Amino acid sequence: MSTDTATPAAASTADRPPSPAPARAPKRRSWLGLWFVLPFLAVYAVFMLWPMLLGLYYSFTDKSLTGRPVEWIGLANWAEAFGDPAAMDSLWNTARFTVLSTPPLVILGLAFALLAHRARRIGWFLRLSFFAPFVIPVSVVTMIWLWMYQPAGGLINHYLGEWGLGGDRLWAFQEDAMGSVVATTVWWTLGFNFLLYLAALQTIPAEVYEAADIDGANSLQKLWGITLPLLKRTTALVIVLQLIASLRIFDQYYLMAGGAANLATENVFIQYIYNSGFVGFRIGYASALSYILFVCIIVIALIQFRLLSRRED
Amino acid sequence: MTALQTRLEASEDAPRAAKRRRRPRVTPGSALVYFAAFALALLWLVPFLWALTTSFKPETEASLGQPIHWIPREWSLEGYRILFERGEHVTWMVNSTVVSTIVTALTLGMCVLAAYGFSRLDFPGKKVVYGVVLAGIMVPAEALIIPLFDVVSALRLVDTYWGLALPQTVAPVMIFILKRFFDAIPRDYEEAARIDGAGHLRVLRSVILPLSGPILAAVGIFTFIGSWNNFLWPLLVANDPSIMTLPVGLGVVARGYGLLYAQNMAAAVLGALPLLIVFLIFQKQIVKGVAGVGLK
Repeated sequence: MSTDTATPAAASTADRPPSPAPARAPKRRSWLGLWFVLPFLAVYAVFMLWPMLLGLYYSFTDKSLTGRPVEWIGLANWAEAFGDPAAMDSLWNTARFTVLSTPPLVILGLAFALLAHRARRIGWFLRLSFFAPFVIPVSVVTMIWLWMYQPAGGLINHYLGEWGLGGDRLWAFQEDAMGSVVATTVWWTLGFNFLLYLAALQTIPAEVYEAADIDGANSLQKLWGITLPLLKRTTALVIVLQLIASLRIFDQYYLMAGGAANLATENVFIQYIYNSGFVGFRIGYASALSYILFVCIIVIALIQFRLLSRRED
Repeated sequence: MTALQTRLEASEDAPRAAKRRRRPRVTPGSALVYFAAFALALLWLVPFLWALTTSFKPETEASLGQPIHWIPREWSLEGYRILFERGEHVTWMVNSTVVSTIVTALTLGMCVLAAYGFSRLDFPGKKVVYGVVLAGIMVPAEALIIPLFDVVSALRLVDTYWGLALPQTVAPVMIFILKRFFDAIPRDYEEAARIDGAGHLRVLRSVILPLSGPILAAVGIFTFIGSWNNFLWPLLVANDPSIMTLPVGLGVVARGYGLLYAQNMAAAVLGALPLLIVFLIFQKQIVKGVAGVGLK
């Protein structure tokens, strides 16, 4: 900064009469608060903000895991990503998983919650049984399910065969592994949606139903006329949370590939990002792919944000 | 919709007597509900039970598979014995415990301080900073792994506990939850302490924290479970089997041992056990914590 501009500024502040007693803020402003926030801000900056900026920068470069000098290549990664059939296939698989897993996870979550809400005396047992899988590590989940999916000696195939549905081939899961990943995911994560719905059901006052009883409504009418309309917001929230969770599919797909499932050449999007970066060493390209995922999820997260903030009004 | 509203309003004036809960009658309908609920809950437990009984079979019996039988013909601890002899499982369990404990302690510490700062103190740029923190809630961790790995390897933290733990401590959503809770605590409680000359750290420790037990428990438990079950990040940053966490060890190394089902299911049972115990102990807080997501 040159003295020419600094001096008048300094002079003008010095000339100004001492300001009168602060009229606007009775609350004391000081830097003290920043010290409370600083430890978090430090890790936030290093492990979230900085990687976000770095990733954006890398997406315009040919950055490689091998550590050779980085060169700016403009939009080449982005153009390649949208023209890469393998990338689009994996994105399509992620979309397919999302479309296949969201309806059962939402509808069964609601159905189980409705049952548990009415079967109150065994409520603790239902909560335990439906939610327990959710706290289990994903690799344990896939170990158990791969064992159950085994064509020979697997539990599922055995019972399907016994009921005349499969013989000795794995029904429905043989040709397309996506079905088996979806079924495993439903078992694993249903408990979360179940609890969200159960909590929402418990906030509906009993009086609402008593009024309907007086009008002589039957159970089905009460379900359609009262319960489901009152669960509209919860349903919106559950769907949005589920879409975000499903778009992030990686763990169970990765772990089940090469097992019972027939996935060797197929990927989901995050797995393709992972392979581009850590198997193909192309950090720049993987960064561009990451940002495509990022944008997809942010769009849905913004909807969630609006839902949540509307709720606070 | 309006009909429902008038009913809701009318019901508020309903005599209190009507509020008393009627004793549930046993009707064919409710019997059916109980039966369906119970059957589904049992069905949901099948994978656990199948893993458990398989783990107690001798390897020859388990791996043969057919014919299917639930109760082991011969009870055996062979699967568990091999697991403990190999010792990896114990190492991974220790690693998971260390990493999850570091993550939980740091997350709680940093988020409590930050939430107090945002809730009770005024500093220049606070609104902007809080906005930036809130925006972080929407960022999916999976989309950051590539540059994050670059940062962590530049810090020479690959294959270390800190490399595993530190990135997982960034939990802006926990600040949001804690700040909202702190905001709801009436300021009157702190006045007395402030008049006595207590500083902010003192107020936080002796006024705010004692009132925040349940929310701290919820944040702590969810952070611990989330960290214990995290798969993608530990998969990237722990390449040495001696530093792997349980989910990664089971998923990457143990899978290589092939189709040894008694042993695999023993590993699965032991892998599920710590968190099932945590869940059983804290069931109430966990259920409430999940419910809170929907209600607020």
